[in-house]
Amino acid sequence: MTEYTPKLAGTVTKYVFVESPATTPADLALRAYEASEGVMIKETCFGLQVTGGPEEVDRLIRQIRAFDPNHIFVKDRGFPPGDPRRCRANLGGARPGYFGHEFEFPILRFISHGLEELERRGEEVLGEATREKRTKPVLDVRRLRELIELEES
Amino acid sequence: MAKVFIYPATSLILSDLVARFGHQPLGAALSIRERIQTAGVESPPLQITPEDPKRGLKYAAVEVPSGVRGRMAIYGPLIERAEAGVIVTDADFAFGCMGCARTDELILFSLRQRGIPLLELAYPKDEEEGVAFVAAIRRFLAGLKEGGQ
Repeated sequence: MTEYTPKLAGTVTKYVFVESPATTPADLALRAYEASEGVMIKETCFGLQVTGGPEEVDRLIRQIRAFDPNHIFVKDRGFPPGDPRRCRANLGGARPGYFGHEFEFPILRFISHGLEELERRGEEVLGEATREKRTKPVLDVRRLRELIELEES
Repeated sequence: MAKVFIYPATSLILSDLVARFGHQPLGAALSIRERIQTAGVESPPLQITPEDPKRGLKYAAVEVPSGVRGRMAIYGPLIERAEAGVIVTDADFAFGCMGCARTDELILFSLRQRGIPLLELAYPKDEEEGVAFVAAIRRFLAGLKEGGQ
């Protein structure tokens, strides 16, 4: 058994994702460096990973989120960036957690739209949440048969 | 600020929305961070030591596979601390091995057993559903006071 001594104990790491037509991960990184004040920043293809004391990280996230509030998304990460147990530089290939990000990334634009609408329409949108979900018209079987026959003829 | 358990516990969307609307999301990262930052015996990749399946006995019986008990050692304390929960029911990416599947079932069961306020919804598939999704979460979280009541 090997003894384990944690590195960067007491720090917090957060992912910052950007899915925006106006802000790129590079823009975000530049702005984050300007406001970093000792917070460690790692640039990624989807945004950033920021590591530091809890208050500093929260302050930095508040500042960078303000650039494009409805298109920047943040979540906690257990490992610090570059941790050899998790970093793909050591393991090869994408690490398992990215499959979850990959799944949710295409949904982010719907969430951004929801946030924008909420900001624009406020209480009116909140009312919609309780309204029964509108059902989309489904393809009628007879119409489907017609289409198949049309295609076959 | 209420402590809100999110399911899937690794969800970016839920974690962000809960924090954005002024509450504390309880996700897997918090428990993993706790283990990563605690000195002890080296146990890669997630620092889950043989002690964890023992701790999991609090949430699952001894006949339950150690994989489920080990996972419950991560999620169980979060569920205990939770004052409310947001559950996405169609999260395909939460699919995994039998240990993950059974743990997921146990997480949902434990949350419902606790009797805390829960919001269950599905991922949005278009912009209209996106609006309803965000509005439902905001309305639910706005209704939570300190202590999740």
